[in-house]
Amino acid sequence: METALAILIGLFFTVAIYLLLSRSLIRMLLGIAILGNAVNLLIFTVGRVTREVPPIVPEGEYQPLEAIANPLPQALILTAIVIGFSLFAFLLVLTYRAYQELNADNTDTMRVAEPDDSPRPPLSY
Amino acid sequence: MIPTQAQSFSMLLVAIAPFLTAFVAPLVKRFVPQHAGWVLALIPASIFAYIFSFIDLIAQGEKLRFALPWIPMLGIELSFYLDGLSLVFGLLISGIGTFIVIYSGGYLSGHQHLGRFYAFILMFMGSMLGLVLADNVITLFVFWELTSITSFLLIGFDHSRQASRRAAIQALVITGGGGLLLLAGLVLIGFSMGTLDISTMLQYPGFMAEHSAYLPVFILVLFGAITKSAQVPFHFWLPNAMEAPTPVSAFLHSATMVKAGVYLLARFNPILGGTIEWQVTLPILGGITLITGALLALRQTDMKQMLAYTTMASLGMLVMLIGAGSKEAILAAMLFLVAHSFYKGGLFMVVGAIDHETGTRDITEVSGIAKELPITFFGAALAAFSMAGLPISLGFFAKEEIYLIAKTFEWQHWLIAIVALVGNALMMAAGAAIAIKPFLGPRIATPKSPHEAPLSMLAGPAILAVLGIAAGVFIYQFGDWFFSPSASAVYNHKVSNHLGLHFDPIPLGLSIATWALGGLIHWKLETVRDILRRIARVWTWGPDQGFDQFMFGLVRFADWITRIIQHGRLELYLILVFVALAGAVYAPMVLTGSIPPMPDVLPQLRFQEWGVLLIAALGLLAVVFGRTRLVAIVSLGVQGFAVALIFLLLGAPDLGFTQFMVETLSVVILALVMTKLHLDQRDNRVFEEVIRDGGLALVCGIGLTMLLLAVLQTDLDTTLTEFFTKTSVPIAHGRNIVNVILVDYRAIDTLGEISVVMTAGIAILALIRIRAGGPKRGIGAIKKAVKRATSSARKTRSAS
Amino acid sequence: MNTVIFRTIAPYLAALMIVFSIFVLLRGHNEPGGGFIGGLIAASAIAIYGISAGVAEVRRALVFHPITFAGFGVFIAALSGFMSLFVEVPFLKGLWLFINLSDGSELALSTPMLFDIGVYFVVLGAISTIALALEEDEDDK
Repeated sequence: METALAILIGLFFTVAIYLLLSRSLIRMLLGIAILGNAVNLLIFTVGRVTREVPPIVPEGEYQPLEAIANPLPQALILTAIVIGFSLFAFLLVLTYRAYQELNADNTDTMRVAEPDDSPRPPLSY
Repeated sequence: MIPTQAQSFSMLLVAIAPFLTAFVAPLVKRFVPQHAGWVLALIPASIFAYIFSFIDLIAQGEKLRFALPWIPMLGIELSFYLDGLSLVFGLLISGIGTFIVIYSGGYLSGHQHLGRFYAFILMFMGSMLGLVLADNVITLFVFWELTSITSFLLIGFDHSRQASRRAAIQALVITGGGGLLLLAGLVLIGFSMGTLDISTMLQYPGFMAEHSAYLPVFILVLFGAITKSAQVPFHFWLPNAMEAPTPVSAFLHSATMVKAGVYLLARFNPILGGTIEWQVTLPILGGITLITGALLALRQTDMKQMLAYTTMASLGMLVMLIGAGSKEAILAAMLFLVAHSFYKGGLFMVVGAIDHETGTRDITEVSGIAKELPITFFGAALAAFSMAGLPISLGFFAKEEIYLIAKTFEWQHWLIAIVALVGNALMMAAGAAIAIKPFLGPRIATPKSPHEAPLSMLAGPAILAVLGIAAGVFIYQFGDWFFSPSASAVYNHKVSNHLGLHFDPIPLGLSIATWALGGLIHWKLETVRDILRRIARVWTWGPDQGFDQFMFGLVRFADWITRIIQHGRLELYLILVFVALAGAVYAPMVLTGSIPPMPDVLPQLRFQEWGVLLIAALGLLAVVFGRTRLVAIVSLGVQGFAVALIFLLLGAPDLGFTQFMVETLSVVILALVMTKLHLDQRDNRVFEEVIRDGGLALVCGIGLTMLLLAVLQTDLDTTLTEFFTKTSVPIAHGRNIVNVILVDYRAIDTLGEISVVMTAGIAILALIRIRAGGPKRGIGAIKKAVKRATSSARKTRSAS
Repeated sequence: MNTVIFRTIAPYLAALMIVFSIFVLLRGHNEPGGGFIGGLIAASAIAIYGISAGVAEVRRALVFHPITFAGFGVFIAALSGFMSLFVEVPFLKGLWLFINLSDGSELALSTPMLFDIGVYFVVLGAISTIALALEEDEDDK
């Protein structure tokens, strides 16, 4: 299972990076969303996987009776999912606003901060 | 004598008090605008008095060390060291500083930024005092750089003129750059000798000379000294620094700051001196600077420039003498140092007074104003008298002592004496020109009709001039107090006081030769100047022009580099990031040979697991190859739900549910935005770019898979997991271990994370709201809308 | 999306989801669930209500601006940490109070629960802020 997941995670990363390298903003957004999933899965897999036994202690017991899934990566990922979503929403709104203000959906045409023909620095004191 | 804690604090206060005064100086200037200079001068005057109180103790050969802990972990103390050398420097700085502060009040009277000027000059004084009193080399360096910075502020005081700005930057770059080299040198000494305290270093005089790090240390410290003290070829910033107001030139660029380099060499003479490198390099550098400076001085007609170049020449003389290193040379250096500070400080103030009263400082445009400015003339004449070394001024004894070097009859000492003779003669001619030409001779019209300068501008030059003579008259007493202790500190052995009127044929003969040569040059000054100017016309390139070329070259280079690195194309930035990622993933695997073996058996998976993995893969591919936006959004949802299913299948129900909710919301808001935007979903990459990007993505993906496989072959440290699992119910009373970790064990992490989520919400709200001219939304907007609705309803009601 | 059926069902659906979200929040310490999931469900409820009934209606129903809920959540979470101040234990240490009810069952009150409620409000507030802001922009066009 872990081997299969490792290969799937590689595919997640490949797709995410390929989309991120695009110049189209909306494809970059999709790439960010997928990258978040890729990283979550990576953390999950590094913590080793077990099948179908959630990390919950049965009622009335002090300790789990059988081998359970590793709860630590789960706790890390749970917050990562929510924060990843917040970041995604922020980037989405940023794209949206950029489209409204700059009329640009392409990084080639977004050159306000680093314009193509920036002036030479002055040579005097 | 070991100083008490209270005395250590007073010594710290000596360096700090001027800074504290600098804070209140603008206020003082506001409340007593006419006499602020006199009031503020009380601070340097009391510092002078405090240092003066140690004079007997130091004259007996005591060395005092005042220490306060600063950064104890690094062995850095805020420590001060008072011996003959620092005493003389401390007295010069605070004493001349007193007159400079008074003088500034007259010279810049009515200037709108006079308060700021006081603040700057007091800060400089504090830095300079700290520099000469510092025992710890790090302390010394900090104050060293502070003098560079305050000097920058003072030279650029008149910042509306380009020449001032250029001079200020030039001084900062050169002295600051030298300071950095000095820091390296000081740290290297510290490492080599195992101590950062100069007082400790001085106890092992020969140590560094034998050390393998001597040469780099020597070169680094030398660069620090010669940049600060304006030696050839770094001399050009000093004449340019005359753009500063005259009190600054008098204080920083003749009496004190430029002597910091000389102080450094003198201070380190016992530690680094006595070697071949020291005794060859320093006299050559100093000698060249002496002759160059003196010749360039005669070329000028601007009196301030003349003084600047003679200052440079005098600094060369000092460096040459310290380099020579014999007992007589060191004593001569100390005498010359003090004499020079007296007469040069005074002459600068005189030139400032002439400039202030007549409106010009060109030597050819002023003549015969002795009647109008008698006290100024008196100060100028006495200063020039000392400068020329006529008996029995302090300058005379300095010159005699220099020529005593020749008594050893070694050729290099004779060479030094001859160079000193020529330099002295040239300087004497320049000094005489300034003291005689403007005051005597026929009266010619000047831009302003001159009156005697105010008292504040007379006190300094007059007292300094008198001191220059008085020190000569009471030379033995002054020698006991100042020259013998300071020379002993530099020489590191007792230098006995033999000062007095002795008729030694060699020095006297050389002195007479100096006067004759100087008189001759002064008589033929016009001709000499003419010749020098003709040479200058041919020789157009100098380090000054080189500095411009260097600075502009630096700007062009920075521009070029910036254009290469920050080209503004996002996809190339990202390619760089992912290439670095690939490098970081592959390099350790290849270097340590830990490439994981390919798993040879197909993983044994259940049917539903195969299904979920397949759905995820298909969703991903559909995102990439989908033709329309809708396909892309739906496929994004598909891969997200597949991930949620993976979590559910592998025993993480919390993650699964959260992922479901998040993916749903993602798709919803993405759809909300996408319906409004007419974004171009097509991938407009050309084939080459597809290959490039796809290849890079594939390399990264495969690398991360391999990395993960390699990690999975190692053992997992389950200490934390076991702790959480075992204690979740007994200690934290919760059976859902994931939730217990989130809200109890790692609650402070979660607190940070929910703050991030909230911040993201605020940021998005702000982004939506900042639309230029758009309507404001939120609570206020709702209330306003409600109010508007009710009022319009009322209106319609009343209308009907 | 604005069909009659959806518009009729949406308020009830939203109310149901809110109740469910509180249930998920409170059981979270012992069963799958918790503040994050509960908050997400509640935010979805608000988003659904917003789509069906319009953003202005939702804002009126919420009384406070949704970002206020997020701020309140962070405040509650931090406050639960400061409880430890009164018994002189480190910041955010879990404190428990067990109250025996008259029918023999036990009511457990704890600072981790308070903290989880804070998380719930942050997620609810922040995500409904985002959703409503985007929906509202929709309304303008």
